[in-house]
Amino acid sequence: MNIFFQQVLNGLTLGSVYALVALGLTLVYGILHIPNFAHGALYMVGAYMAFYLVGSLGANYWIAMAGAALVVALLAVLSDRLIFHRLRNAPPLHDMIAAIGLLLFLEAGIQAIWGAEFHRLAPPYPQIVRLFDLVAPAQRLIIIAAAFGLMFMLHLFLTRTLTGSTIIAMAQNREGASLVGIDATKVSVLTFAISGALAAVAATLFAPINLIYPSMGHLVIMKAFVIIILGGMGSIPGAIVGGLVIGFAESFGAFYVSTNYKDIIAFALLVLILSFRPQGLFPSGARA
Amino acid sequence: MTSKTLQKPLLAVLLVLAIVFPMLAANDYYIYVMSLAYIMAIAAVGLNLILGYTGQLNLAHAGFMAIGAYTVGILTVDYGVPYWIAFVAAGFLSAIIGFFAGLLSLRLKGHFFSIFTLCVGFMIYLIIEKSDALTHGTVGIIDIPAPTGIGPIRFDNTWSQYYLVLFFLVVSLWLMSRIVNSLLGRAFIAIRNGEDLAETLGINLMRTKVLAFVLSTFYAGMAGALYAGFVRFIGPAMALESHTFDMIAFILVGGIGTLFGPLLGAVLLTWLTQSLQFLQDFRMIVFGPLLILLVMYFPQGLIGYWRERQARRAAASMQDRRLQRSVIGSQQEVSTNA
Repeated sequence: MNIFFQQVLNGLTLGSVYALVALGLTLVYGILHIPNFAHGALYMVGAYMAFYLVGSLGANYWIAMAGAALVVALLAVLSDRLIFHRLRNAPPLHDMIAAIGLLLFLEAGIQAIWGAEFHRLAPPYPQIVRLFDLVAPAQRLIIIAAAFGLMFMLHLFLTRTLTGSTIIAMAQNREGASLVGIDATKVSVLTFAISGALAAVAATLFAPINLIYPSMGHLVIMKAFVIIILGGMGSIPGAIVGGLVIGFAESFGAFYVSTNYKDIIAFALLVLILSFRPQGLFPSGARA
Repeated sequence: MTSKTLQKPLLAVLLVLAIVFPMLAANDYYIYVMSLAYIMAIAAVGLNLILGYTGQLNLAHAGFMAIGAYTVGILTVDYGVPYWIAFVAAGFLSAIIGFFAGLLSLRLKGHFFSIFTLCVGFMIYLIIEKSDALTHGTVGIIDIPAPTGIGPIRFDNTWSQYYLVLFFLVVSLWLMSRIVNSLLGRAFIAIRNGEDLAETLGINLMRTKVLAFVLSTFYAGMAGALYAGFVRFIGPAMALESHTFDMIAFILVGGIGTLFGPLLGAVLLTWLTQSLQFLQDFRMIVFGPLLILLVMYFPQGLIGYWRERQARRAAASMQDRRLQRSVIGSQQEVSTNA
């Protein structure tokens, strides 16, 4: 029972981190219609920012998280204004290559500053929570609670506020949104900022129980891509459900199949599903 | 037309330069670097077929190169198979795996294809890294034998290996020029220019794209096999997507969708990183923004730019001639009227 509960907890932790990253990716895809390969690098920069703020400046964990979110949001907006916005009318191939260029630059830049070695963010909450005969590390519970809280807030923002619904409108129909007077530039800046902030929060949440290194974003971004393909590109509930599916598949796969191959599970799932349904599990389309 | 008449002598000069290069090189290290650039160029020429000519961004290319290299490594080191048999096997195994990967991934279009191949490449990396028994895992394969001699020619020093690699480079470029100038090559280009239009022209999209994919993975496998015999040490990291990104940089700098673009890019960028030694680890600080600036302001690459200029000049001179003719014509008209 306890072991099973541990796997559920692991799955939820992984799933909520993946869902946060995938959400940012899917939001940007909805607006821009390009896969932002640099999103994993934003996640990585987020982890380093938190590491720097906590480790070198001695900031509080939550303040560091806010700081990291701010910096990465700014970085994401800059990447849109300086690169993606200018490539709007270029062939999609160019956007993808530019995103790869950005990814390479951010990784090499971080490596130049902090080196290629592993870093650790000291866990701010090293306690273990006991409930009946179940034990859970506090950090994992915080990850789950914070991630779901954030997703709920994002949901409220997108469905209940005017600004939020402009994002949905733009994702559903670009021309239509422009016709009713929605400012495309404002929406795209906002979307990039949210997507960057989500990536940084996910990274800061996950960092205390994980390692920080320049290529830490690779696996996460690829899994996030798997998630949004499974969940439908641009679909917000799809990203959350997909994130949880991959998280559970990995934690149970690692336990019941093999730890060595746990990272392959997500990709094997993708290959399997796309072999039968090339359009993904859910047809794509922007909904909130 | 000038570019056509210019091409043959230019190619001859380039080939002669490549042949005399080892005699002019200051030391063996330069020959070694140049050979590596050629090997990467062979892989990039293959990637250019699917990326530049067919318009599909395949991000698993380094994975297929690794499959080729590991085929040679495993067969020669663990099973004592002669190098050249392993070499042929490497090309075919990459192409066979490429066939199945292509069949699966080319059902997806555009972005989905790129994302999917990114995942395929990473799967290849993970499988190589985790299958200790077969691939020696993270340790990699060391002491891969150098290519065995053919007749009196031996490949036991850098010089002879340089010529061996050069030979395969020339063959692969010649083969590629035959492919892209054939009817099949036009089908590839038609798909790049517009899939729907290509389909209405009667091109079987799936079959043609899979063929381009298989051919490009065959190139990757061959390049990997040469790499294994030349560097004689391979590790799982060679399957990582960052190597595919290197090749994309080569292609973009040289000229995407041009025959010699990948070679030009591979040679230029390899020497650039070599001459800026301090850049070795941080070359991506330069290459990353370079990629972005290239797609923003110079997407056609060096050879593409040169071609465009040629075409513009030809058009201008044509217009000049037409203008002259019309001027002369009107003068004659005037004179006859008078």
